[in-house]
Amino acid sequence: MDFLTLIQILDSAVRLATPLLLACLAGLFSERAGIFDIGLEGKMLAAAFLSAAVAAATGNVWLGMFAGIGVSIALALLHGVASITFRGDQLISGVAINFLAAGLTVVIGQSWFGLGGRTPSLMGAGRFANLEWPLAGVLKDIPVAGPLYAELISGHTLLVYVALAAVPLSWYVLFRTRFGLRLRAVGENPAAVDTAGISVTRQRYSAVVICGVLCGLAGAYLATGLAAGFVKDMTAGRGFVALAALIFAKWRPWHAMGATMLFGLLEAIGNRYQNIEVSGFVVPVQFMQALPYILTVVILAGFVGKAIPPRAGGEPYVKER
Amino acid sequence: MQKLPKWADVVLIPVINLLLAFLISGLVILAIGKDPVVAIKTMVQGSFGDTRAWGYTLYYATNFMFTGLAVAVAFHARMFNIGGEGQATLGGLGVALVALSIDWPHWALALPAAMIGGAVFGAAWAFIPAYLQAKRGSHVVITTIMFNYISASLLGYLLVNVLKEKGNMAAETPSFPPGASLPTFSEMLEPLGIAFNKNAPANVSFLIAVLACYLVWVLIWRTRLGFAIRAYGHSETAARYAGISPTKIIIVSMLISGALAGLMAINNVMGESERLILNSVEGAGFIGIAVALMGRSHPLGVFLASLLFGFLYQGGAELALWESIPRELVVVIQALVILFTGALDNMVRAPVEKLFLSFRRRAA
Repeated sequence: MDFLTLIQILDSAVRLATPLLLACLAGLFSERAGIFDIGLEGKMLAAAFLSAAVAAATGNVWLGMFAGIGVSIALALLHGVASITFRGDQLISGVAINFLAAGLTVVIGQSWFGLGGRTPSLMGAGRFANLEWPLAGVLKDIPVAGPLYAELISGHTLLVYVALAAVPLSWYVLFRTRFGLRLRAVGENPAAVDTAGISVTRQRYSAVVICGVLCGLAGAYLATGLAAGFVKDMTAGRGFVALAALIFAKWRPWHAMGATMLFGLLEAIGNRYQNIEVSGFVVPVQFMQALPYILTVVILAGFVGKAIPPRAGGEPYVKER
Repeated sequence: MQKLPKWADVVLIPVINLLLAFLISGLVILAIGKDPVVAIKTMVQGSFGDTRAWGYTLYYATNFMFTGLAVAVAFHARMFNIGGEGQATLGGLGVALVALSIDWPHWALALPAAMIGGAVFGAAWAFIPAYLQAKRGSHVVITTIMFNYISASLLGYLLVNVLKEKGNMAAETPSFPPGASLPTFSEMLEPLGIAFNKNAPANVSFLIAVLACYLVWVLIWRTRLGFAIRAYGHSETAARYAGISPTKIIIVSMLISGALAGLMAINNVMGESERLILNSVEGAGFIGIAVALMGRSHPLGVFLASLLFGFLYQGGAELALWESIPRELVVVIQALVILFTGALDNMVRAPVEKLFLSFRRRAA
C-alpha cells in the first residue's frame, strides 16, 4: 500500500467518522444527564431526510440543515416528554422514535417526491461544498506533508470541522462550566441536584435538546455532505454504532473522537477493499459489510475494560415519594 | 387501595392508547393528501373482505404471534430483545436446512423436525447476546440490533455462495420437497366442507402459534422456571436472595425468546415461500415489539394484538396496492403503538386514574 492510498483511506475515514462522532457526542450529552437514548438512529434519519428534502426544494443547503436540526430537536423533545415528564421507559421510547423516523421518512418522501422514498439528487448549493484550505493547491507537491495537508486536513465540508470542533467544546462545556457540572450531576445523583434547588427536569430537557441539535447535524451531514440526497434507511445502524462507541469511550468526549475514528477507519477499509485476500482465502464482501457491526459487539463484550455508565442513567426522576 | 379496576388496566387503557395511535396515523394519511376514511375502508375490505383476505391476515398474525411471544418472554425477565428479526432470519436457515436435508415423506414428519431446526437456530442466535449480557454486561439491546445486521449479511453470504442452486440467478435455496409442504387453510377446511381461498398463505402453522401462546402462558404462570423469570424481572436483588441465578435466567429466557422467534420460520419459509429467500422476515421481528407491548406481555394479549397487526399489515399491503400509500405506513402505526402503549403510558394512565378516583369518592 503506497502513501497516497493510505492518505485516501484516512481521508475517507474522517468523512465516515463525522456522523458517528456527532451522534456519539449527542448521546454523550443525553446519557451524562441520565437519559438513555436508543433513538439517535431515528433522529439522524429524520434529520437526513428533511435536510435533503428542504435542500432539494430550495436549493439552499443551509435551510436544509436548519430544517434537519429542527426535526431532530422535535423528536428529541418527544423523547424528553416520554422519558422525563411522563417517566416512561427510555428504551421503548427510543425504539418508537426509530420506527417513527423509518416509517415517516418513506411515507412523506414518497408523497413529496414520488421516488420510492428517495429525495432528488442534490447539486451545487444544495450540498455542503468541500472547503479548500489556503495554499492547498500550492503545497500539494511537497512530499509527505503536501498530500497530508491538501487531502487529509483540507478539502472537507464545513460540518466535518464543526464535528471536530465540537469535541473540545463538549469537553469544555461538560467539565469546565457550571452548566456541565449540573448536567453530569443529574446523571449521577438527581436527588442531590434537586436538594440544591436546581430543576432536574430543566437540566435534563436542556441535555436532550443539545442531543437533538447534534443528531440533526449528523443527519444533515449524511444526506448533504457525505451523500448527495436521502435514500431509505440511509443511517444503516450508525446511531447504534455511535452508542457502542460512546460506551467504548466511557462517556468522555476526547475518547469518543478516538472511538468513532476507529469505526470510521474500519468502514473506510471495508469500502475500499471489498475482497481482501488473506493467504489464499478470500474474505467475502458480506463479511466486510458486517465488520462494523461485529466490531461493535466485540467492543461491547468488554475487551476494553469495565465501562461504568452514569449512575442514574435510564431511571426517571421522581421528586417525591 | 388499587387505583384502577382490573378491566380498566387491561382493556380501557390499551384501547385509549390504540385510539390515540390510530388518530395520529389518520392525521398522517391526511397530511399526505389521502382520505383516512377511504384508507380504513380499503384496509378493512382488504383484510377481512373474503377468505383470501382472511388468509393473508391470519398468515401475518401467525408471524407476529411467534415474534410477539418472543419479545414478551424476554420482557418478563426485564430483557428487551430487539433481535427477533435476526433470530427469525436464522430460524429460516434452520428450517430450510431441515426441509432440504431429506426427501420428506409427509409434512407431519417434516414439521416437527423443521420446528426443532428453526427453534435451535433462533435460540443459538440469541445465545451470544444473552451470554454477553449475563457475563460481560454488554447491553442486550445494542448487541441484538447488531446481530440483526450481522444475520442479514450472513444469510446473504450463505444464499449467494453456498445454498443457491447452480444456474439460478436469484439468491434463494432450491424449492423444498413436496413432502415438506404444509397444508393451507383451504386444504385443512375442505374435508369439513368449508370453502377457503386456495392461494391464501395461512397454513397449519397458525394452530402451532396458538398452541405456543398457550404453552407460554403455562411456562410463565404455571412453572417454577416461569416464576423465576418473573421474579428476576420484578427485582433482581430479591431473586438473587431467593437463590435464583441471574446468569441462568438471562440466558434461559433469551434462549426461549430466540427459539420462539426462530419458530416463526415454519410459517413464512416453510408454509408460504417453500424456499429460503433474502429478507423473508419482512420486519415481523420488529412488529413483535409492538405486539408484546400492546398485549401487556400476556399470551392472550399477544394473540389479540397479533390479529390486530395482521389486519394492519395486510391492510397496509392493500393500501400500497390501491391507494399508493407506501407500506411503510404500517411502520409508522407500529411506532405510534409502541410510543403510546410503551413510553407514553403514564400520559393516559394518570388522567384515567384521577377520573376513577373522583368517581369512587363521589360514590363513597
